[in-house]
Amino acid sequence: MEYQPKIIAFLCKWCSYTGADLAGTSRMEYAPNVHAIRVMCSGRIEPTFVLRAFRQGADGVLICGCHPGDCHYQEGNYRCLRRFHLLQKYIQQMGIEPERLKLEWISASEGKQYAELVNSFTQTIKELGHCQVKETMEVLT
Amino acid sequence: MENQKTKIKMAVYWGSACGGCCVSVLDVHEALFNVIAEADLVFWPIALDTKYEDVENMPDRHIDLTLYNGAIRNSENEHIAKLLREKSKILVAYGSCAHLGGIPGLANFSTKKELFQRVYEETESTMNPKKLHPQVAFEVEEGVLELPEFYNDVRALADVTNVDYFIPGCPPQTERLVEVFLAIVTGADLPPKGSVIGAGNKAQCDECIRKKNEHKTITKFNRPWEVVDDGETCFMEQGILCMGPTTRTGCNYRCIKGNAPCRGCYGPTPDVADPGAKMMSAIASIIDEKEPKSIDQVLEELVDPAGYFYRYSLPSSYIRRTVS
Repeated sequence: MEYQPKIIAFLCKWCSYTGADLAGTSRMEYAPNVHAIRVMCSGRIEPTFVLRAFRQGADGVLICGCHPGDCHYQEGNYRCLRRFHLLQKYIQQMGIEPERLKLEWISASEGKQYAELVNSFTQTIKELGHCQVKETMEVLT
Repeated sequence: MENQKTKIKMAVYWGSACGGCCVSVLDVHEALFNVIAEADLVFWPIALDTKYEDVENMPDRHIDLTLYNGAIRNSENEHIAKLLREKSKILVAYGSCAHLGGIPGLANFSTKKELFQRVYEETESTMNPKKLHPQVAFEVEEGVLELPEFYNDVRALADVTNVDYFIPGCPPQTERLVEVFLAIVTGADLPPKGSVIGAGNKAQCDECIRKKNEHKTITKFNRPWEVVDDGETCFMEQGILCMGPTTRTGCNYRCIKGNAPCRGCYGPTPDVADPGAKMMSAIASIIDEKEPKSIDQVLEELVDPAGYFYRYSLPSSYIRRTVS
């Protein structure tokens, strides 16, 4: 059977989760590898969440928020953007491919874009293969 | 001599450590006499000629209080940690290394293979044409010579055995140790097992003596030598990275008072799962840029985020070693 990656997606309630919902209610088909977690704002997504996802065996982490300027809380998505950039730098140092962590802006009307994003991200992760974080952390001596 | 009260039995041991923690115990100065009046030091390699055998021959739970400092780097560290656990009523992880992995934990950026290659083959002062590496056992005429096994990963004390309390710091402030010691000697109510003791529960920033703005912003990170510190404004507001936002109080701001930013040796505030991640969260919040390009420009000055944010806590973080 073809390798099926595990992907965790953190979606903000106001734009991206609604966008993902739209993809669903519009009966768009997309890769089933993404496990979506709804958060109130992309600014709520702490680096801890992302690292914990990797530690527990995620092969990729997707973060989605409102487009710049559209944040329900005015600038949560900018915080998210800055954390993302810092995290990218950090995970590279720890030997995790930067492609495994992706940030995209999805508005409430962009169901199609969400479906395409999930498909393309799943494809990227499939090409990268399984992420070894969980296994590496288990080896103790 | 008839009225001699029973003294408590105390041990201090170093695992993978620099010795600073043991020295911090000696830093009680004259108060050491008060300590000795209350406690018999039964095992303390830095100060007393005691042997592992002496500890092995003790009955279980013979020692009242053991301060274990240093990380777990090799099989000897682990063996003694487990041995002292058996022999002690209270085992305290003393100092940053035992608490979170500490500075030796930064070796988790490399593998054992890389470390051995560097140390035994490549360092500038090394001549080792046969590329000899230390062996765990080596046979000679007289018998077998043994060395402890060097592990691939550095771990904190709690990763190999049960720890009753944690006293953070690099090294812990001696005043805090005296407080804890007195609490144990006088039989005061001790906090629940697994607690961090001898430290506060707030973040350094909460009680910092420097002047702070409500809305902190950073547009450029500076190395400390690039800025003439005015001696009173928050380091972060001057663009100097400071671990204050996520570090526990308890050290009396020794670094800050000495005009140096906090390095985070007291570890994270309570309930923080990953200290560095919390710090990344805090730092990213105050960078005053909104465009990806300018954010990258600011972050360019942050040369080594992993090493900086996890300076004392790499082995206890979620991604506790590099993934190969």
